[in-house]
Amino acid sequence: MITGGVLRSRRPEVSLRLDHRAFTVTAVLVTLLAAGCVVALSTGEYPVPAAEVLAALVGNGSPGMDFIVLELRLPRVLTAVLTGAALAISGALMQSLTRNPLGSPDVVGFTNGSATGALVVIIVLDGGMTDIALGALVGGVATAVVVYLLALRRGVEGFRFILVGIGVSAMLLAMNSYLITRAAWQEGIEAQAWLIGTLNDVSWEHATVVGLTVAVLVPAALSQHRELALLEMGDAVAIALGVRVERARVVLIGASVTLAAVATAATGPIAFVALAAPQLARRLTRATSPGMMSSAAMGALLLTASDLAVQRVFAPALLPVGVATGSIGGLYLIWLLATQWRGERP
Amino acid sequence: MREGTSVSRLHAHDLTLAYDERAVAVDLAVRIPDRSFTVVIGPNACGKSTLLKALARMLKPQQGAVYLDGAIIDTYRSKEVARRLGLLPQSAVAPGGITVGDLVARGRYPHQSLVRQWSSADEAVVADAMRLTGVADLADRMVDELSGGQRQRVWLAMVLAQQTPILLLDEPTTFLDIAHQLEVLDLCADLHTDRDHTVVAVLHDLNHACRYASHLIVMRPGGQIAAEGAPADVITADLVEDVFGLPCRVMDDPETAAPMIVPARRKARAATAVPAR
Ligand SMILES: Nc1ncnc2c1ncn2[C@@H]1O[C@H](COP(=O)(O)OP(=O)(O)O)[C@@H](O)[C@H]1O
Ligand SMILES: [Mg+2]
Repeated sequence: MITGGVLRSRRPEVSLRLDHRAFTVTAVLVTLLAAGCVVALSTGEYPVPAAEVLAALVGNGSPGMDFIVLELRLPRVLTAVLTGAALAISGALMQSLTRNPLGSPDVVGFTNGSATGALVVIIVLDGGMTDIALGALVGGVATAVVVYLLALRRGVEGFRFILVGIGVSAMLLAMNSYLITRAAWQEGIEAQAWLIGTLNDVSWEHATVVGLTVAVLVPAALSQHRELALLEMGDAVAIALGVRVERARVVLIGASVTLAAVATAATGPIAFVALAAPQLARRLTRATSPGMMSSAAMGALLLTASDLAVQRVFAPALLPVGVATGSIGGLYLIWLLATQWRGERP
Repeated sequence: MREGTSVSRLHAHDLTLAYDERAVAVDLAVRIPDRSFTVVIGPNACGKSTLLKALARMLKPQQGAVYLDGAIIDTYRSKEVARRLGLLPQSAVAPGGITVGDLVARGRYPHQSLVRQWSSADEAVVADAMRLTGVADLADRMVDELSGGQRQRVWLAMVLAQQTPILLLDEPTTFLDIAHQLEVLDLCADLHTDRDHTVVAVLHDLNHACRYASHLIVMRPGGQIAAEGAPADVITADLVEDVFGLPCRVMDDPETAAPMIVPARRKARAATAVPAR
């Protein structure tokens, strides 16, 4: 009668729905991700055999291996995994709330807002690493509030929110260019580098901050997962079914905006992951409800694989990962626009 | 009549309903008799859907209040209301690629929780709702691929799966051919007579309204109630002309003896200019 399976406890109170296909897809993605992580940890300038990588991970490594695996490579790999997951979940939430695949944080201006915040700190306030991250966080959240208010509080559904977001995004982009022209030589270079998202110099701090954010906000978003699915049928149906729509929306928008802003604060803007990962995951799972876990796995895999590519394929050039994700993203966006305009949606 | 005459489970006083600044109805009072089949009729844009939205707490009245079981509807938890009162809105969007079974199952949300997502009771109720609406055979089909009439019955099944004693249906017969319209109305009538549900439906066909309603609410443009009561007591040629601008004759329906409205021929209608709207 319903798709998927049901897990029931012997006591009647507990029953969970399980989408076999989404579960399988997520499991496969996580397996690929784990393999990618092992490759990232074991290859590079100093190859480390996979067995020794595992030994270092469980605390049995030699000091030299510990340094290479745990200090040099693991923070970068973990940050890639966590940032990819955070961006993908952020995108999945926003796309579902706006009911539009273009409603992702990088399209509606949140990412450019984070960039503006960071540039103001770098160029105008001359701040350090932590200040820059804070600036990016504030910039992203403030942009989300502005876009929401400019959409005249008609809500996030529909095209209006997205058009306003695209407009605000363009203005912020102009603002960012202007800020860079005002910058001194050294700051200008720093700003340019920040603007292309990179994992080249992430540390344990980055991994920790993004990890904590994910650990808090993803369960919060998951707790509103069924509500998110019902909101896709329109407010009227959701209210009629007893969803507290305002509360659900506040939690979900808050989680989406914060996840994107923290991820961007940690690494700089990384294009395409928030936009494409949820869509790719949804195509694979063919699920009706937005799959947060499959999106997260897809985002983590995309970013980890992209970072691996820029490190290993283009070495020794220190290409930022944003270049890889950005170019794939452009192609994906064109394809998305082309197929969407050709039909399906009114 | 079995209908309660004193305070009913669902009623509203002094309602002012508006979108932003534009008022749709002022000083509206409605009482939905318990266990009635109430039909709301009125010309386009007179505020029928708006009234239903207010009764289902989807639109906050600027003044006045809606009462459910003796308390202001906003004082209940949202899921509690959804276990007592269901609404089928006029325009509902099914998510792309959802199956009929999954959509109907969503009606169980107010009875579920994070750890209780699909009990055997849910399963039985959903099966029953699909059987009643005749969509059981469609369970595994995609909602996108159905005809308008089938889709309408799927939505009805979703609302039935909610198991609410009070049902508000906004134009449940649109998109249906005449036979299916009557099927849906028969279903509503059964819910009302066999299951003691209170059904409130907005209908466009005056003759269907007269035939099926146990209680009729006639709204006029501007959101006032022109008349209410049993169809036989309410429907007159003057009322129909007054509210709809349609000169007509009212006769006895040869099948049911309910009032039947026969519009005047074109010449006679042209003589009394119909107000444009
Ligand atoms: N969401 C809305 N925002 C603004 N005005 C609306 C909205 N919905 C309905 N209206 C207006 O309120 C009036 C009553 O509409 P409605 O209750 O839908 O009429 P009915 O259902 O009787 O055809 C109409 O003039 C309509 O244009
Ligand atoms: Mg209407």
